[in-house]
Amino acid sequence: MSDPVLSLRGVCTDIAQYHILQGVDLDVPRGGVTMLLGRNGVGKTTTLRTIIGHWQAREGTITFDGADITRLPVPARARAGIGFVPEDMGIFSDLTVEENMVLAAASGPLDPARRDWLFSVFPPLQTFWRSSAGTLSGGQKQMLSIARAMAEDRTLYLIDEPTKGLAPAIISTMAGALKELKAQGASILLVEQNFAVARALGDTVAIMDDGRIVWTGAMATLAGDAALQERLMGLSMEAH
Amino acid sequence: MTMHLLSGDRPRSVVLTVLLLAILAALALAPFLFPGVRSLETAARICIFIVLVASYDLLLGYTGIVSFAHTMFFGIGAYGVALGLTHMGSTPGAMLAGTLLGALAAAVLALAIGLFSLRVRAIFFAMITLAVASAVAVLVSQFSALTGGEDGLNYKIPRALTPAFRLGEVAGLKITGKVLNYYLVFFVSLALFLLLLRVVNSPFGRVLEAIRENEFRAEAIGYKVVWYRTIATCLSAAVAALAGSLFAIWLRYVGPDTTLSFEIMLDILLMVVIGGMGTMYGAVIGATIFVLAQNYLQALMGVAADATASLPLLPQLFDPDRWLLWLGLLFVLSVYFFPTGIVGRLRAGR
Repeated sequence: MSDPVLSLRGVCTDIAQYHILQGVDLDVPRGGVTMLLGRNGVGKTTTLRTIIGHWQAREGTITFDGADITRLPVPARARAGIGFVPEDMGIFSDLTVEENMVLAAASGPLDPARRDWLFSVFPPLQTFWRSSAGTLSGGQKQMLSIARAMAEDRTLYLIDEPTKGLAPAIISTMAGALKELKAQGASILLVEQNFAVARALGDTVAIMDDGRIVWTGAMATLAGDAALQERLMGLSMEAH
Repeated sequence: MTMHLLSGDRPRSVVLTVLLLAILAALALAPFLFPGVRSLETAARICIFIVLVASYDLLLGYTGIVSFAHTMFFGIGAYGVALGLTHMGSTPGAMLAGTLLGALAAAVLALAIGLFSLRVRAIFFAMITLAVASAVAVLVSQFSALTGGEDGLNYKIPRALTPAFRLGEVAGLKITGKVLNYYLVFFVSLALFLLLLRVVNSPFGRVLEAIRENEFRAEAIGYKVVWYRTIATCLSAAVAALAGSLFAIWLRYVGPDTTLSFEIMLDILLMVVIGGMGTMYGAVIGATIFVLAQNYLQALMGVAADATASLPLLPQLFDPDRWLLWLGLLFVLSVYFFPTGIVGRLRAGR
């Protein structure tokens, strides 16, 4: 693979006394969607949080866009061009949808053209623009969470389980939004448990087990090999 | 115009609007409506505590920082004016220099505390502020050559602000220096409150709210949380110091008990909680209720005790000496029935 936008080499992360990541080696290609898959508790969320800097890597290096960001503080990583959508959405519920979006454009005013594009991707945001974000439904909150990451052009998006607990109609909107983002040439590292969405969006796949990457390859390869799925993840994508 | 002054932050409740207008009118016309030394004293105290509580709300309600050093900053402002007037003469220039230096000293100390301790967990920051505030209170008590120690400092303020100065009569009220002093307190307090309202409704204020709600998320967007918290701490400290300066100008006396005691810190906390955290208007309601209760509850209980003198038990319960018990009870009940503060409750419409 040439010129990955993000590279992790031997990354180990501890949370309290637990060794969660035990030497993660991962390359995220520039442009396209890389799916980070694996059973629950294998370290997918910790990997994303280590990349954004919420957890500091004990060992190893993280290279983003050619620069070593392993010891950079979280705001510096964000300003370098990494957008992060956490699993818990992390919206600011006491603020309005508009205020959430304005805050998300940290490097300057929210571009009106970009805002209008986000309205077209997530229509409820326009409807509830001046409403308190805390009053939105779960799906709308997730839309806001992703739209916030998309408020500015980012080099890389880290997105943690965007369809978790959502109704099928909302999942379809989410998948559509991520496809739009992908079509714009963005690089996305996506943790997703919904394999239909993963298969529809993913270009490449990295599978984790016990805090390590145990397999990488094309999504088409994984999707077409039920035995491989069963061996790596203990389940078949066809069943989902 | 009004919305511009309020920085677009409407009270969002009819009852709250009426209450705020009533308080504003009462304070603006206090010398005319409530003549008498005690009532003017109460009105001035309300003005000053509104600013002090609002500046604490910027920290606690908007940024989620628990600090026990707020009275220390209040005291620094008060001692700044006292020292200025004591050592530079009772001139407006000395008063202004003391005020500005007090605010600057408070902001610098807040910067030092913030940079050293805002990285740590909230509980540790609270403990550090408590330790620093206690140390400063002890220093002020021990440094008697400069601060007057436990006795504090008495000093002269510019003559135009003293009762001896007479300007004439308006609507039957003799306009003395004391009235001018009151209006100085009132208008500076109003300006500081509007300034704080502007701060919390600015993009900076929105970032503070975001940090309060989800610190990590704010960082992940790209905001340097420690810097924002430190700036908020400095701003809050400077405004608290300015409130302290007004207090010193009004009282013409400063001492550890009146400006640095932990009791004042507890009062501020109660006023913020009763009024409603993170609302600014809560400071107005909380400070007004609290100061009125502090000043008049005892007298009111005396009237109640006299009125129920022929009944069993009630005269003992309403004995003016038990006013602190009733004050405590009132606050427990208000926190129980208004967990989001009076402003929060009124805005929720329930």
